[in-house]
This record gives sequence, structure tokens and C-alpha cells, in this order.
Amino acid sequence: MQDKPIRRSKPTPIPAVAQSAKEKTLPLRINGEDYFHEGDADMPLLWYLRDVLRLTGTKFGCGIGACGACTVLIDGKAQRACVTPASAASGHDITTIEGLAGAELHPVQQAWIEEDVAQCGYCQAGQILAAVDLLKHTPHPNDVDIGKISNLCRCGTYPRIRNAIKRAADLLQETTK
Amino acid sequence: MNVSLARRRFLFVGAAASGALLIGWRTGRAQQALPYLGAHDEAQELGPFVRIEKNGDVIIGARGCEIGQGVKTSLPMMIAEELDVDWNHVRVEQLPYGYVETDSGPADKYGAQGAGGSDDIPTGWKDLREAGAVARWLLLVAASAQWNLPAGQLHTNAGTVYAPDGRRLSYGALAAAAAALDPPKDPIALKNPDQFKIIGKPTLTVDGRDIVTGRAEFGIDAYLADALVAVMLRCPHLDGTLGKLDDAEALTVPGVKDVIVITGPKPDEAIDGPLATGVAVLAENTWAALKGRDKLKIEWTPGPWTAESSAALSTKANALLDKNEDGVSVRKDGDYVQARKVAHTGVDARYEMPFLAHATMEPPNAMISVEKDKVLLIAGLQNPSGAARVIHDITGVPRDKIEIRLPRVGGGFGRRLKNDFVAEAALIGKAAGKPVKLLWTREDDLQHDFYRPFGVHALSAGLDKKKKVTAWSHHCAATPRNYRDSGMKSAPIYIGCLEPDDFPAGLVANLDKTFFPVASGMPRGWWRGPIHTFHAFAVQSFIDEIAIATKQDAVQLRLDLLGSPRKIAYAGSNDPGFDTGRLAGVLKLAADKIGWGEKRNDGHGLGIACHFTFGGYAAHAFEVSMEGTELRIHRAICSVDVGRVINPLGVQAQMMGGTLDGISTALNLAVTVKDGQVQQHNFPDYPLMRMAQAPQSVEVYIVESSESPSGAGEIGVPSAAPALANAIYAATTVRVRKLPLMPELLRKL
Repeated sequence: MQDKPIRRSKPTPIPAVAQSAKEKTLPLRINGEDYFHEGDADMPLLWYLRDVLRLTGTKFGCGIGACGACTVLIDGKAQRACVTPASAASGHDITTIEGLAGAELHPVQQAWIEEDVAQCGYCQAGQILAAVDLLKHTPHPNDVDIGKISNLCRCGTYPRIRNAIKRAADLLQETTK
Repeated sequence: MNVSLARRRFLFVGAAASGALLIGWRTGRAQQALPYLGAHDEAQELGPFVRIEKNGDVIIGARGCEIGQGVKTSLPMMIAEELDVDWNHVRVEQLPYGYVETDSGPADKYGAQGAGGSDDIPTGWKDLREAGAVARWLLLVAASAQWNLPAGQLHTNAGTVYAPDGRRLSYGALAAAAAALDPPKDPIALKNPDQFKIIGKPTLTVDGRDIVTGRAEFGIDAYLADALVAVMLRCPHLDGTLGKLDDAEALTVPGVKDVIVITGPKPDEAIDGPLATGVAVLAENTWAALKGRDKLKIEWTPGPWTAESSAALSTKANALLDKNEDGVSVRKDGDYVQARKVAHTGVDARYEMPFLAHATMEPPNAMISVEKDKVLLIAGLQNPSGAARVIHDITGVPRDKIEIRLPRVGGGFGRRLKNDFVAEAALIGKAAGKPVKLLWTREDDLQHDFYRPFGVHALSAGLDKKKKVTAWSHHCAATPRNYRDSGMKSAPIYIGCLEPDDFPAGLVANLDKTFFPVASGMPRGWWRGPIHTFHAFAVQSFIDEIAIATKQDAVQLRLDLLGSPRKIAYAGSNDPGFDTGRLAGVLKLAADKIGWGEKRNDGHGLGIACHFTFGGYAAHAFEVSMEGTELRIHRAICSVDVGRVINPLGVQAQMMGGTLDGISTALNLAVTVKDGQVQQHNFPDYPLMRMAQAPQSVEVYIVESSESPSGAGEIGVPSAAPALANAIYAATTVRVRKLPLMPELLRKL
């Protein structure tokens, strides 16, 4: 039905790159797959994910690291991809919202659905990854801990985000029992 | 596709020019029907919204623009209810914009699709239930033919038709026969609400799983093959023009392909296309385009507004109010001047409201492919028919050859009622001869918006010896909303700033509402709950001031004004009339929940406010305290009456979000202008509230009602700011009469 294909399918990892070619590229490990960025090493990770790999779950909101819509996990830590040059991300393990779930949804994703958090939904990938980071080092966060998440939500879903994080903490505890 | 498909009829829902609802059947070509729902040979379409597959799967088309208000869930719920299917087995798919040429001219194939005026729910209540009922009727008639039993003896439940003897046929088994039937000639009876199984049940958003896995598609996520990314540098001066452009260096940036100049409207022209003059840089990817933009060397020529500043606008507005001459009368009841003269007590106050930006989390963007004879647009919109008109005007491509897909939208708040970014994309796409993905950065978004008007409200009230309000005047000096809006040429100058019938009109015998236009070069547009957020702060703060000045209870004073429950006329905004009893109801509910009237000695202050708009009624109550210079919101309560609730989870979300939007905006948000330039650039100087500043919860209380449903997207905002200011007064005895609140409060403390 579509006049033009929309390139949104899961990106295919570049399988065999000659060693000589690899030397000129920037290796990036994203959601467990290896990619080799051939362009500008200063390109923020956000635009590499979106424009090159079409991993569009990571969103653009401000371009200056102020809103958190572009939050990804780098070595498990929530980072703002819009101010992270591809060169700085190279050599680290990057997880985007597309790579968070395994065979089953991550408990934080599950909690987000059950608490019906999203309104417009645009900032939620970033909120979820910020929550995953928080719960990793603070398994039982109180309201002050949760308030340290500084991602913006224009729709005002903060109270449901709080509820979802608490629910996710319970779910995580159950799964680790 | 077989032959019978070509003769398939589809249910046609549209608004005729008269405004009357059309539900008819027209012979449609197969490819016209449900283009978005994919091609499944086994699927049968029962009207434009319903497709049933042989295996019984039910697919319901969602026609609205999903901007976060939940219509992709709530509108299909109405169809599913009358179709009588199990919601857990329904798959919702977004419909595109549905323009169709008919024998009687152009029409909307799917009915109203725009998102504005909190209209989706009341409109859907009228036509979408009927669409579901017609589809169910066809299935019943198909079963009746198969069993040779009168349709009246059959009943349906959760996607199955039952005969009295227990025989059953699934919708999937009946779909082919049903789709071949002629539609009913007479209107189909709708369910008695007592039978509702889906409407009124808390229902999770249909895109929940896609959102949390990053699969949900927003406009910004669309990438057409071979598209170039375009970013623009727009003139920072209001109505400024391009002086000199040197793009040589920009074009040397690897990946940059083209530079295109877009000319904005002249200072006296309507803003129907692009908002400002600008230069577009087209590149292979966003990063290259942004780098190229940084390398543009441009000399801008300032426009005619170099003297404009927020301070000057404030001075101008106050001078107009002081002078009180040549105002435009908005409403006059009785004899205000005389009543005020003989009043026992008088109260006066002025309130100042700043310009506001929309700051949608997803900035404006548009993916467009302009070809000689067809156009494809994929973008987050609130006004798709307007987008189609804009594209047609620019490209000349006939309306029926313009395809518009409607992905999820990362926030609307009124910003996307304007299609200036679509016009830019169409102009760039046409010039580039390639698909173009236009992206606005946050700086573009804050610097070039259609701002909520700026204004000063002067309120004055007279009370008699018994402390009854006998005279009320509301003078407003503001930058008119209909500025250079060709769609509002015939609208009165006060539209969007002062509402003739708004509270307490009709409740005070002697009333004077007058408007004073203030000239400004700032573009203006609708903001969430537009007029209402703009003047409810003044009205509901002023009521509180009257109560305090005359030693009355602020809730009781409002109840006295509202009087006995009755409906009073309220023109505009498609409001079905203002029911004083329903507003009193939410007010009393909020007062009860916050513990209004209980003695407090902990330094906490309580504040309350209420408002009516777009058919809905809401009240807010807050408990706050100050700890040094920090404002603490201990409790936030929102009570609401939007008539019958379609999705309680959705209404609760809208009230919670509306309340936080109201608080966030009131506390710290303002767009200011200096030397004819907007001063805000990005979130650090337009600081939306973050989680730590927000109340930990908003207690939402929904009034159970069997009144016709109204929309919930906007009513949650207007009374939040005044309730907060009233609570701050109660805690601190500091009255804040100028927004944003925090800088003003800290100045006065």
C-alpha cells in the first residue's frame, strides 16, 4: 500500500567488515550487536541511532542534555545520547529502549504498562531507562530517590511514573527471589 | 481481490456543510476502503471503522489525532461497545486523514479528525457509537438470513450472535455475508447505558506495549527512502527579513546537499504558511544538517517591532486600563457603573499573564514527499484537514491525491492546530525535488511559536451590605488572539482573551466585560484550555480576594454566586450550557476532600478554585507551605465532572496531567520579548516542572454522571493556577497577581 518503503525495520548488523575497513570506522556495541560507524565521529549517539540505524525509540527533545528524551544506558548508566558523541560511546555497551526487553518485557516496562503511565508517550523511553538505572543501584527507592530522575514529561505523568517505579521494584524483587 | 470487492459499499460518515451528520452508504472502489488497515483477502469491512477477519479478529480504526489525550483508545471503545465485541480481542489501528470526494462535494471520510476544543469525545459519542451499531446490525441480519429467524429474536455477546435455541455464529463466520448486505435504512437503536461493558471501564492505552518497547511511531520517526533532513535557521526578529546570506561554508560540510530560502509573511499578511523567514539546510542526516546550519552566515534585517518588549507591553496594557476609553464591549448586564457607585464595599485588583509557548516534547517536524501529481505527508498533527489545504495551496496537487498519515503525536497543547511547519516542509520538498524530513530544534520551537496571548486583567467588584456581589467588571487589555489569523477574520477582537459568558456572567446582576487590544508583533495561537487558562487565574484569584476583603468563606462565596442548580446560556466553544449545580458539585467535592474549613496551625495554607469549559466542570484544591524559598505542595486535589466517562483511566490521566501542566506553567513559565526578539531558547530558560518539584500525587475525584460525555483534555488546567495562588496566600498572606508565580512570590516574600 505504501508508495515508498519506510525504513523502520530492525537494522541489520553489518556482519563482515574487512579488518582494514574496520580501522577507519568507529565500533559501537548497541543492544548486543556490533556496528561500525563510518561517518563523523562527533555525531551524537542520538543521531547515529535514529538516522543511521533507525532505532527511533530514542527521542530528540532538546539537543543539550536538558530533557532526557534521548536517555540510553551506557554500561548500565543512564546517559543523554544527544550530547554523547559517537566517539565517546565507542567501546562501551549501549542499550536503547529497543534492546531492554529480553524474551519477556523488563519488569520496568511491565510496570509502565500496568500503571498506564504514558499519555503522549514521547518521553517514556527515556523515563523507563532512567528508572532501570535507578533501580539497579537503589532497589527500593523512596520518593526522594525517585525525584532524582530529572527527565522532563510535558504531559505530567510524574505521579504514575512514581507508581510504576515502585511497582517495578516489587516485580524485580519477586523475580530475584 | 475478487469482483464483489469492487462493488463493496462502505459506511460513509461525514459532516455536511450544514453541520448535519451524514451517515450513508456509497459504492466505493475497493482501494478506497480502509487503506490503512492493510490488505487482507479474508477480512471483511463493515463500514470505515470496522474490519472483521475470518478468524474473528476485530480491527477497529482510530480516526483521531493521538496527542496524548487518549483518543486512540477512547474513540474505538465507543465503536467496540455498540459492535458488542470483547475489548481484549480488538486490535486498534490508526486511520489516515480521510478526505473523500462525493457526489455532493468534498467530505471527511471518517468524520471529524482534528484535535481541538475537547471535541473528540462529544463528537464520537454522536457518530462512532452509531458506526459500531450499524456493523453489529449487519452481522445480526446475516445471522438471521442463515438461520431463517427474525433478527429480533437474536442477540449478540462478545463477538458472537446467538439464536434462542442456543445456536451461535461468530462474527468472523458472518463477516463475509454481513459485508455484502445493504445498510439499514432507519437509524439503529443504540444500547441502553446499563448494558455497557466497555464504556466506563478503566482501559489501558492501546499503544502501551509499543510505547514501552520503543516501537510506537511518532511523526519524527518516519523516514522515507532517499529523504534529506532539513533544519532551518529562522529570523530571530519579529517580522524580520533576510539581508545577506552566505552559505558557501555550510555547503562544504560533508553530507550537506542544498540550501533553500523560505520567505515568511509580510508584516500585514495573514500567517497561513510559514511563520517566519528562514534558511533551510538539507543534508543526508540530522547531524550534518545541524552542522551546516551552524556555518550559515546571515545578516538579518529587523522588522517593524524593534521597540517591542514585555515591559513595554505591560506598561501599554496598564495605561489602556487606566484610561478606560474606546474599549470593545464584550458583555454588559444591568448598570455596572451605577451599581458599583452605590455598593457598600468595593474590591479591585489587576492580574498579569505572560505569553506562553507550547513546548511539546516532540518538536514540530514533518516528513513529506512532494511529487508532480501526489503528496505524502507523515507528521504529528492536530489539524489534518488544515494541513491538506496548506499542501494543496503550495503544491497545487489535488486534495484527493494528498495522503496524510497520522502517527502518534508527542504532545499537542494547541501547537499543532497550526500547520506552518507543514507549509515549510511542502515548500522545501517542492524546491528540493526529493522527500524531505523537516525537523525543528527546541530553540526553533521556543523562538517561533504561536504564543498564548499576553494580557492584564483588571477586575472590580461591588458588594452590598449583606456582602452579596452586586456589580462585577472585568476589563482585559491583551494582545488579541485573532492577530493575522485568516480563519478568524470575522471573529470578535476579544476572542481567545475574554469569554462573554464565562463565570460569573449571568450570576451578577450588573456586569461589564470590556476588551482593550494591545498591539504586538508576537504570533498568537491556541494553548491548552486557551481562553480559560488565560482568564480563570484572574477571576478565581479575585473571588478569593473578595472573600478575604469581606471576611467571607471562599467556597461559600462561590456557592452563593452559583445559586440554585440551573442551566444558564453559554455561547461559544460548542458548550451545551453552563450548569451551576454541576460546578457547585465539583467545588464542594474538592472542598470536602481537602478538609476545607478545618482549623490549621501548621503553617500550611489551603486554596481552592473552580472552572467550567468545553462542557466539563473542574475544581482544584491545594495544601501548600513555604520552607524558606521553597514551595511545598503537600496535597493536590482535582475533582471533575465530564458527564458520562468513557475511559476512567484516561480521564484520571488527563486531570492529573492537566493539574501538573497548570502548576508547572504557573510556577515558572513565561515567554518574554525584548527588542522585538523572543528571549527564551531551550528548557533551561523555559523550565518545565521536573519530578522532584511536582506533587507526588494528584488525587483525582470523578463525579459519576449520566450526562452526555464531554472531553477531558483541557478542563484539568484552568483552575489549577488560581487554586495554587490562593493556597500560597493562605500560607503566606502574599498575594501573587502576576505569572509566573515563583519569581513574583520570591520578590514579594
